[in-house]
Amino acid sequence: MTEQAIPASPIEADIETFGALVDKEPSKPPRSQWFDVWQQFRKHKGAVFGGGFLLFITLAVVFGPFLWDVDPKALDIRNKNWRPIYQLLFDNEAKAGWAHPFGTDQLGRDIMAQMIAGGQVSMAVGWLAMALALVIGSAIGVISGYFKKLDFWLMRFTDLVLSLPILPLTLLAVTLFRQPLNSRFGPEGGMFILIVGIIGLTSWMQTARIVRGDILALKEREFILAARSIGTRSGKIIRRHLLPNVISPIMVSATLGLATAIITESALSFLGVGFPSDFPTWGKLLSDAVSRMQEFPERVLLPGIAISLTVLSVNYLGDGLRDALDPRLRGR
Amino acid sequence: MLTFTIRRLLLSIPTLLFISLVIFLLLQLAPGDPMAQVPLTVPPEVKQKMREALGLGQPIYVQYYKWLIQFFWVEPQVFLDWATRDTFLLGWLPDTNFSTFIDPDSGAVRPVQRTISWQTRSPIMDIVIQRMPQTLWVVGLSYVVGILIAIPIGIYSAYRHYSLFDQAGTFVTMVGFSIPPFFTGPLLIVVFSVTLGWLPSIYDTTHVVTDWASFKVQFMQMIMPVMVLALQTTAQISRYMRGAMLDNLNQDYVRTARAKGLKESSVVMVHVLRNSMIPVVTVIALGMPAIFGGAIITENVFKVNGIGQLLLTALFANDLPMVMTLTFIFAILIVLFNLIADVLYGLLDPRIRYD
Repeated sequence: MTEQAIPASPIEADIETFGALVDKEPSKPPRSQWFDVWQQFRKHKGAVFGGGFLLFITLAVVFGPFLWDVDPKALDIRNKNWRPIYQLLFDNEAKAGWAHPFGTDQLGRDIMAQMIAGGQVSMAVGWLAMALALVIGSAIGVISGYFKKLDFWLMRFTDLVLSLPILPLTLLAVTLFRQPLNSRFGPEGGMFILIVGIIGLTSWMQTARIVRGDILALKEREFILAARSIGTRSGKIIRRHLLPNVISPIMVSATLGLATAIITESALSFLGVGFPSDFPTWGKLLSDAVSRMQEFPERVLLPGIAISLTVLSVNYLGDGLRDALDPRLRGR
Repeated sequence: MLTFTIRRLLLSIPTLLFISLVIFLLLQLAPGDPMAQVPLTVPPEVKQKMREALGLGQPIYVQYYKWLIQFFWVEPQVFLDWATRDTFLLGWLPDTNFSTFIDPDSGAVRPVQRTISWQTRSPIMDIVIQRMPQTLWVVGLSYVVGILIAIPIGIYSAYRHYSLFDQAGTFVTMVGFSIPPFFTGPLLIVVFSVTLGWLPSIYDTTHVVTDWASFKVQFMQMIMPVMVLALQTTAQISRYMRGAMLDNLNQDYVRTARAKGLKESSVVMVHVLRNSMIPVVTVIALGMPAIFGGAIITENVFKVNGIGQLLLTALFANDLPMVMTLTFIFAILIVLFNLIADVLYGLLDPRIRYD
């Protein structure tokens, strides 16, 4: 038996025991859920790059016109067909210079200014159409998940819309409704409303399905029962308890929606049914350049790379968000 | 299994009716007058007569009903007549005569009225039948090629999770997923047709394969359109394949299979692969709409005169009957492939069948 130091008094003993339990460091504030998400998100390199690039391109098209204040529609026929600045590296005789870093087109319009202006339209269409699709999709998903009576019909409707041939219908709708909207909102405004509307109305289905699935599972949980038992109304339950819990699938499908919207808009412009001809968008620039891509490949490459990189970064962002928001899916 | 298939088949009828209604109403609601192209010198009362002849004065449901009859009753009759008369496959059957009727006034045998294209004044279905093989060849081949590339990539990426191959594969599929076909198309043309001069940039649909040399020409001209479409398929399917394989590789039954001494190849290629194919088959079939959408763009880029290109020219020429029929044909193709997906899903996963 070893001798144990007998404490002088019981109070001192309590202090000693208590002292062993106290942490040496000052206590940190509890980690929030969003802090964890951010930690997880940062580990996904592609997602961080994607988010960064998306931020960069959004800022570039928003603040670009202030930094590069050349009018994208200004004709300068004497300085037409300039090559981009990098052409000087392998060809000293090339018509290029810092006045037009990306060159000029066949009418002497500055391609850099056109890229910025086109990016504004493409990104605006993308963000707005995505927002519209999210609102519709979440609403239908929540309603059909929460109200059992409507579930069957709303989901049948979603399935029906899913089996619509989207691109042919979009082409059809754009050509048919172009005239009246143009006369009311002007050629650019009308087409903008039309394209955002059509993309939004035809891409909400995935969101609705995912949200519905999550709502169905959440509805059976105890906290919803508790909320209902204290007399919370359905609207309040949905807003206060259900929506915050399905925010992560909504965010993930938001990124997918943004990518689809940008691609669809560019595809429409490429097929020649999008915005009017002197109104630059990335798809429009690309399709205008295809006929002369042997001589001026950069005019196809620049908008094409812009579209592809934006979509790629959005897709990576979505991947990272999914990993961060749902740890079970990590590494997919 | 048979009842399951029949139930699915019946369910696809309301779907098709809904889609046809959407297309029809879209054209009805669209402002714009089918008579807008008629010269202004035509007097109004003649215009009114023409309007009535086109059936425009009638209520919407009558017009819709007549369109349905035209599409689902009259055209199949004509098709059946053609099939028993001229095709190799059904030509041995006795010739049918559904598509003619005896005129009560004169007693003469007359062909039925078919849906006429406003551009060419010829029956729409004749043009569609001419154009359909090109689209189906390019789309079908690209899908087969895409699946054949995607599945091994998906399997190997999942099996060697986080390896260099996996990382590279994930990156490449992500890039392939993100680059739109209207960019890859011109890009490939610049590289392989213009710079290297290996492949033709325009798809020649009049080319007939008779011998080895002409087959080679056909092969060369199909490479680029097929690869552009296949890139999208490959990217999407290999991602799903990898995900499904990863899900299954960590399951208990895989450990059991290994523990009882099965060869690694049969564990992965038989046990895991078969279970992983279940979601992938659905994705393969549900990817068809996107592929047909992509086909419209690819046909435009490579000048393939398939139905996608036909749709575009009809749209620009304001040829509404043609547009309507083609959009509906796209819808039928999509519904058909959804049906195939459902049936395959039922075949692969008994739990669905007995639900």
